[in-house]
Amino acid sequence: MENRMNSPAADATPSSGLQTLLAWLYVGVPLFWGVSQTFIKALALFQ
Amino acid sequence: MATTTSWLDRSRTIAGPGFNRWLIPPAALAVHLAIGQAYAFSVFKKPMGALISGNVDAPAPTDWTAGQLAVIFSIAIVLLGLSAAVFGKWLERVGPRKAMLASALCFGGGFFIAALGVHLHSIWLVYFGYGFVGGIGLGIGYISPVSTLIKWFPDRPGVATGMAIMGFGGGAMIGSPLAVALMAYFKDSAPMGVAPTMLTMGAIYLVFMMFGVITIRVPAEGWKPAGYVPATQHTSLITTANVDADTAIKTPQFWLLWVVLCMNVTAGIGVLETASPLIQETFSDASMGTGLGVTAAAAAGFVGLLSLFNLVGRFFWSSASDKLGRKPTYMIYFGLGIALYALVPTLAGNHSLALFVIVCCVILSMYGGGFATIPAYLRDLFGTMQVGAIHGRLLTAWSTAGILGPLIVNYLHQNQKDKGLTGAEAYQTVFYVMAGLLVVGFIANLLVTAVNEKYHYKEAARRVAA
Repeated sequence: MENRMNSPAADATPSSGLQTLLAWLYVGVPLFWGVSQTFIKALALFQ
Repeated sequence: MATTTSWLDRSRTIAGPGFNRWLIPPAALAVHLAIGQAYAFSVFKKPMGALISGNVDAPAPTDWTAGQLAVIFSIAIVLLGLSAAVFGKWLERVGPRKAMLASALCFGGGFFIAALGVHLHSIWLVYFGYGFVGGIGLGIGYISPVSTLIKWFPDRPGVATGMAIMGFGGGAMIGSPLAVALMAYFKDSAPMGVAPTMLTMGAIYLVFMMFGVITIRVPAEGWKPAGYVPATQHTSLITTANVDADTAIKTPQFWLLWVVLCMNVTAGIGVLETASPLIQETFSDASMGTGLGVTAAAAAGFVGLLSLFNLVGRFFWSSASDKLGRKPTYMIYFGLGIALYALVPTLAGNHSLALFVIVCCVILSMYGGGFATIPAYLRDLFGTMQVGAIHGRLLTAWSTAGILGPLIVNYLHQNQKDKGLTGAEAYQTVFYVMAGLLVVGFIANLLVTAVNEKYHYKEAARRVAA
């Protein structure tokens, strides 16, 4: 796997796919909300 | 004497085996999505200008003026550049976790102080809180994940930094509707609902940014992605050496990129500042026919559309620069930009609304792209060792543009109006001058060459000197 570490380090906790998915949801949901609000506002230009 | 290491220290943030590098972009986004709120500060302007009267259409004599309120954002942007420049080397030394925490405390704390300022109706406290303390949070937060991302994604630095800096553009899209909703919710508990909104937003952003603080990791020494073979010899503009931040500012390349960023941002601000009045004045009922003109709501939609292209451009162009090369990408920004800026007055004069909108959207995408591509350009020229600190110092160009852009635009527009020009004609000079600024940026980018080897960091020489 290209994403895996190959040297000893201070933090030895491996990260799971679920953890990565949740991390992306954490930032993705508010970003999607903000983008959708802006998109709705932008639609006024085409009405 | 025994030494202890804090959880915040760089040594405690080194990733272990099995760490997935795709956790780093969300950590960076948690910071950038929060601090990007700064670009939505204007949403507070009208309510803050009516705290005494309680009516945005009829401010009291003791209410804060638009001029007084504009200073808040200016202080924040100036402090962004200054703190990024001042704290860049500190960030490289202590690591991203401590820097992100400092950013979260300053940005969230800035909101708390500003809320107190609003409650006491003290503009100076608001300047100090949101402008000064919050501005420091902006600067540290903006640069804190950049060098870490570049180290995790040596194979595609443009994609990585594009994602984070895209977050800064997205932050305004979240911050604006969030503030509107909170002010509506709190409107009965405080004047215009501003102070409790600021308190709540400070708390939300502080918590939101803590995710980045907890999640961020730096790669272990010598780590590289599987299958990635770093170049052993530098190509014309991508070095395998490093230049430290103090030396970087002595190179012509640093100052050429400073001009590149400053010109790109100043020109972009020209469009952002004029977008709403320009489209309303140019495509009015009088020129398009009754009922066919652009309304105030449609103009707000236009500004929203520009924000979307600013956001998408940050990711699109920065990612494309990994394939195209940094210098050719800026050639496109400036070359295409000059043509498009020069075209805007013609399109406005011909009342070509659709083309006018498309051209402005492409311009804004390149404005965002200019911000997002610069960290990877710096990495190519100066190496990864202190790229965060070098980036921080370069951001003084943004602060300069943040002051220069509106000044130039407003002066030129007023000057044309004083000459009796109206509608699209009053904006012609603005766009031609902005195209001229892009010519300066084009030349500066054209002059960028590889950094002379005499500036390269030499570990052995440093040890001998020590």
